[in-house]
Amino acid sequence: MLTVAALGQPELRARLRGPGLRLRTGPFISCIRSSVPALGVALARMYGDYPVLEDDVPADFDVLLRRPRGLRRLVKPQVFFHYDGMEPFQPLPLAQLYPMFEWAMNWCVSSHAHSWLVIHAAVVEKEGKAVILPAPPGSGKSTLCAALVARGWRLLSDELTLVRLEDGRIDPVPRPVSLKNASIDVIRAWAPQAQLSPPVADTMKGTVAHMRPPQASVVRADEPASPAWIVFPQWRAGAPVELVPVPQARAHLRLAENAFNYSLLGAAGFATAARLIDATRTFDFSYGALDDAMAVFERLLAERR
Amino acid sequence: MTALPLLTRVLRQPPSMAQLGAPEWELLLRQAVAADLGATLALLAEEHGLLKALPPRVQRRLEWERRGWQRHGQAVCFEVRQVQHALRTTGLPLILLKGTAYVAAGLPAAAGRLFSDVDILVPKASLHEVEGLLMAHGWASSHHDAYDQRYYREWMHELPPMQHMRRGTAIDVHHAILPETARVRPDPALLRAAARPLPDQPGLFVLAPCDMVLHSAVHLFSEGEYDHGLRDLFDLHRLLCHFGANEPGFWKALSLRARELELTRPLFYALRYCARLLGTPVPAATMTAAEAGRPNPALLALMDALFTRALRPMHPSCAGPLTPLSDGMLFIRGNWLRMPPFMLSRHLFRKAFFTPRNVKSGQV
Repeated sequence: MLTVAALGQPELRARLRGPGLRLRTGPFISCIRSSVPALGVALARMYGDYPVLEDDVPADFDVLLRRPRGLRRLVKPQVFFHYDGMEPFQPLPLAQLYPMFEWAMNWCVSSHAHSWLVIHAAVVEKEGKAVILPAPPGSGKSTLCAALVARGWRLLSDELTLVRLEDGRIDPVPRPVSLKNASIDVIRAWAPQAQLSPPVADTMKGTVAHMRPPQASVVRADEPASPAWIVFPQWRAGAPVELVPVPQARAHLRLAENAFNYSLLGAAGFATAARLIDATRTFDFSYGALDDAMAVFERLLAERR
Repeated sequence: MTALPLLTRVLRQPPSMAQLGAPEWELLLRQAVAADLGATLALLAEEHGLLKALPPRVQRRLEWERRGWQRHGQAVCFEVRQVQHALRTTGLPLILLKGTAYVAAGLPAAAGRLFSDVDILVPKASLHEVEGLLMAHGWASSHHDAYDQRYYREWMHELPPMQHMRRGTAIDVHHAILPETARVRPDPALLRAAARPLPDQPGLFVLAPCDMVLHSAVHLFSEGEYDHGLRDLFDLHRLLCHFGANEPGFWKALSLRARELELTRPLFYALRYCARLLGTPVPAATMTAAEAGRPNPALLALMDALFTRALRPMHPSCAGPLTPLSDGMLFIRGNWLRMPPFMLSRHLFRKAFFTPRNVKSGQV
């Protein structure tokens, strides 16, 4: 199968500039176009293992990242995101090109993919069992996700948990893991082998860098997983690990709050969330150190063996 | 007709979907979503028994659109009940307009139709009471600027749009179907008198079939913005097909009613472009009767050029070099029809120089 890495930089840029790069990320195909060479560099760095498709499969999303025309290019250069002729976001400074690409790709899924209950949550898997980590920004969800992935858990997603409406299983959509501010150095120290994109400062989320997903997660992107736990993480400096069960009804509501299309899906959204809660054990989890956290997740896994 | 955009060709002849290859499907889906007709496409495929034979990825994409529409329909019905509850003490019939009416009446035009506001028609004399009751039930006027308030209250045919403070839903309260300042002002009392009750939904009314078509036509062909041009034309197509087949005497009554309401021109345009672009089966006699609204040949040539552009899907694949010029001319025309020249120049001057930028005012 053709991958981004196999394509090579000149062909990659030619496709981005011309007919579009048809990139497959899990169940989705995006047609990506951009005249900004830096995007080709970033994609080669972060998406080398991902499949590239030819024109004979219809794409789900049409993504264009472009620089403004005329003199505006010279003063405070910017980048615009267009979704098939629409402009869902304000332009950002050119330096934020790659984070913007990632946010745009998240937006494409979260605002369209209604064959799934789409939860704003990281999700990782080991031995066929998936742990869902829903949480608001700042709770340490992505850091925890990156740490688990660096210790051999399979990355399904760090932002978008796709729960199938028909059978409640989780479809992976592995993409680079977004790390913010202090997390960047935490992960660098914790997993020196991890490949991070160059940090971009002063974004709306502070300083942002992405961790390249392990090849093993990318090649297994077609393998669904069964949900086993929902863990609501909360990082607090110096806190001991603590795992407190969350009652089902409460967990359902919190899941719904973190879902992008719970209300849009109506009864199907309710039924899918309810089935997910039935199939999983649900916990509040606070932690202060990644080492302790890892041990807790390994223990959860051992209990289910 | 090969010059018609792909989406228009498919709307004209839904069974032609079965013959499309992968690249055409991608283009069709993109045009449909951009034109707000994604769910409509899904339902057309289903209606013609084609859905299950389509490529799996296409089926999946159509399913995404259909789910959004289903939720929308639920929300509209809920919202209508809330409005009805808020206005129950007025004793007024609740006359629904446009998309809201299609959904409540279960018309084929509701299939796949998305819209952002609930539209109702009330007598001008009741505006004050209706506004007060809506405010008491959580809707608030979204236009606070003194100029905007005056614009709506003195010159327009509706109250400034109101938004529900908790649900975020919008309602447009109309007292007529064209602005107070427009050259043509169909008598709203005639529309209200002919409105029909909805069976099984006590208190709810929709405009009579001819009036519903004429309102849709006047709305489409007096507008200044054509973002939803093709969708609105397809509404007209479906209304005409449905009433033509189910409402005895409809085709004959249509042009007579247009004369009564001074809407012969929009009816002429509606029938012309529906037949030309979507192949609507308008009987020859109705076409002939509608000639009363035919503009002079020079104007008609211009309007043909403008409308055939504006009624394409709002998608980059359908834009030509003249699209911006054509859009600009229709924008000016829409405003020209709305108010007399002096007032218009004052309004546009005001909007250009005094209205804060980046504030979405929902009007020109």
